[in-house]
Amino acid sequence: MSSEFDSIEVRPARRRFIQGAAALAVTLIAPGILLYRTGAASSGDSSGPRWGLLIDTNALSEADVDACVQACQREHGWSHNDDSPTDAQWIRKVHLSDERSGAQKVLPMMCQHCADPPCVYVCPTGASFKRADGIVLVNKHTCIGCRYCMMACPYKARSFIHEVLRDQLPVAPRGKGTVESCTLCVHRIDRDGADAVPACAEAVNRGASKAILFGDLNDHESEISQRLQRLGATRLRADLGVDPGVRYQGL
Amino acid sequence: MSMTTEYAEMRSSGPRYWGLLLLLALVAAIGIGAAHHMDVEGHHITGMNNQIVWGLPHVFAIFLIVAASGALNLASLNSVFGKTEYKPLARFSAVLSIALLIGGLAILLLDLGRPDRLIVAITHYNFKSIFAWNIILYSGFVVIVLAYLWLMMERRLHRWSRPIGIFAFAWRLLLTTGTGSIFGFLAAREAYDTAVLAPMFIVMSFAFGLAVFVLLLLLSFRLDRRELDISHLQRLRRLLGIFIIGILYFVLLFHVTKLYAPQNHAFERFILLDGGVYSAMFWLVQIGLGSLLPLLLLYAPGLQQSVSSLVLACALTILGGFAQLYVIIVGGQAFPLDIFPGYRVDSSFFDGAVGAYSPSLWELLLGCGGVTVAALIALLGVRVLPILPRSLPPADAAQ
Repeated sequence: MSSEFDSIEVRPARRRFIQGAAALAVTLIAPGILLYRTGAASSGDSSGPRWGLLIDTNALSEADVDACVQACQREHGWSHNDDSPTDAQWIRKVHLSDERSGAQKVLPMMCQHCADPPCVYVCPTGASFKRADGIVLVNKHTCIGCRYCMMACPYKARSFIHEVLRDQLPVAPRGKGTVESCTLCVHRIDRDGADAVPACAEAVNRGASKAILFGDLNDHESEISQRLQRLGATRLRADLGVDPGVRYQGL
Repeated sequence: MSMTTEYAEMRSSGPRYWGLLLLLALVAAIGIGAAHHMDVEGHHITGMNNQIVWGLPHVFAIFLIVAASGALNLASLNSVFGKTEYKPLARFSAVLSIALLIGGLAILLLDLGRPDRLIVAITHYNFKSIFAWNIILYSGFVVIVLAYLWLMMERRLHRWSRPIGIFAFAWRLLLTTGTGSIFGFLAAREAYDTAVLAPMFIVMSFAFGLAVFVLLLLLSFRLDRRELDISHLQRLRRLLGIFIIGILYFVLLFHVTKLYAPQNHAFERFILLDGGVYSAMFWLVQIGLGSLLPLLLLYAPGLQQSVSSLVLACALTILGGFAQLYVIIVGGQAFPLDIFPGYRVDSSFFDGAVGAYSPSLWELLLGCGGVTVAALIALLGVRVLPILPRSLPPADAAQ
């Protein structure tokens, strides 16, 4: 066997071809690996902001919550029919009545932007993802429409688009056959940073009274962190340990 | 060692075979047409919605995938457990398991919101997702079972069929674990969130796979007018009985465990008592028609020599399997999420309300299309390859 190997002569043309192919492969693949590395490094950064909302249910009237929903619809170009089980709803008005006392509450419900989001864990393609700043989004280019994230979400926050859509807004790319949910008005955050105000908060906040307070949960000096330290708040389904970025007062 | 079995391709070429094949191809084509219509129009033409996100297509698909891994049992009994009496059935067992898996996967794929993005599903993996693991487990299964089939059929390499048979058996256990865990891993829903779903799905696969195997075996032998002595079916009859009892054990364990925790009482009440169609399907179809009646047919002393009682028991087991998966998948989603314990909840997004779902014709056609794709692959497989034994004469006479 070894003599056969020994007898193979080195052909310069073939060697040049292999060298060339290897160089080409490195040129093509290396930038991808570098980009991938950079991407992985930035998503693991925990020292930056984590955006969240603090919702004071005592300060919200039914009309306020309606205003939240309408503001979100205008901002992102969605609408729904109350009787339609297939229409998307990024934010919804939820009525609560205490089973014992009968006490009434009304609150807005949307994606809770979990620190450990079940939707991101179960997504087969990685289309469901969490940004480094804690915002949970769907990549519309890689969502295959399997709806497993909707099975996994504890908050019923996601909607599947059941029909053809037209005239979508540039800030909210949406399309049939994919899943979507509240983006925390990511386009405003990317533009204004800590000074951003999501559309739902803008609709109900009047002057210094902020029924929906947006801010950085990682910054101990931020208004949202200060209010959380002073008054505390409820995490919905805290038993699941997903650490939602949206907190509720008055529940 | 058992006697040598002679295998032969199916020779039947009369109108019975081609007529059946044509009918199956027609139903498969209609199923693909239905999927195309769903893709063009969007899922609003189905019964599925934002409450019940997985419906009838998923019941069909998961039934076929679960049955696929179970159909391989007959081959495993020979290769893994040394039961050589099952050896003549091993090749057909492998062919059928591949056929069922492809039929099930076809449904899952065609039900996606974006089936055109198959390439994305193949090239983008989130390794934390049990769904992504399943893509690897399913495609790996097809490759491994194809290799297994080849080694069983290639005389010179036959001695390798045992190790790969053991590997295929281990793989299929993982595969069904993965399928059960699609639901078992969902911590947010009362209906799921339990490890017991994985072994329950494994026992379900034993029973459903065997039931489908027996029916298609009988059909193939009947089509080709080959001899199949009842003595070869008696072991399968006993096995099916044991598997059905196994399912009942896990169903009991599942519900008793849930019932023990007060936070699940509302869910159990829904499935077992107040759930309307789901409770009825659970008690009447899954337990009554799909488990107890087959057990009666399999074990009644007077029916031991009756092939029709076995055929009926298999058909009922399959019916019960569909009902069980319908209750698990659709019933489990219909029960509302309890986001605000202690409150009565009401919203425009159907919070606190039982999810409404009535399957559309399109979903049913897609599901039936997947079933016929599986049957087509199996019936074409036994025609082009020597899969089935020339005959299975009475076991005693042969020895």
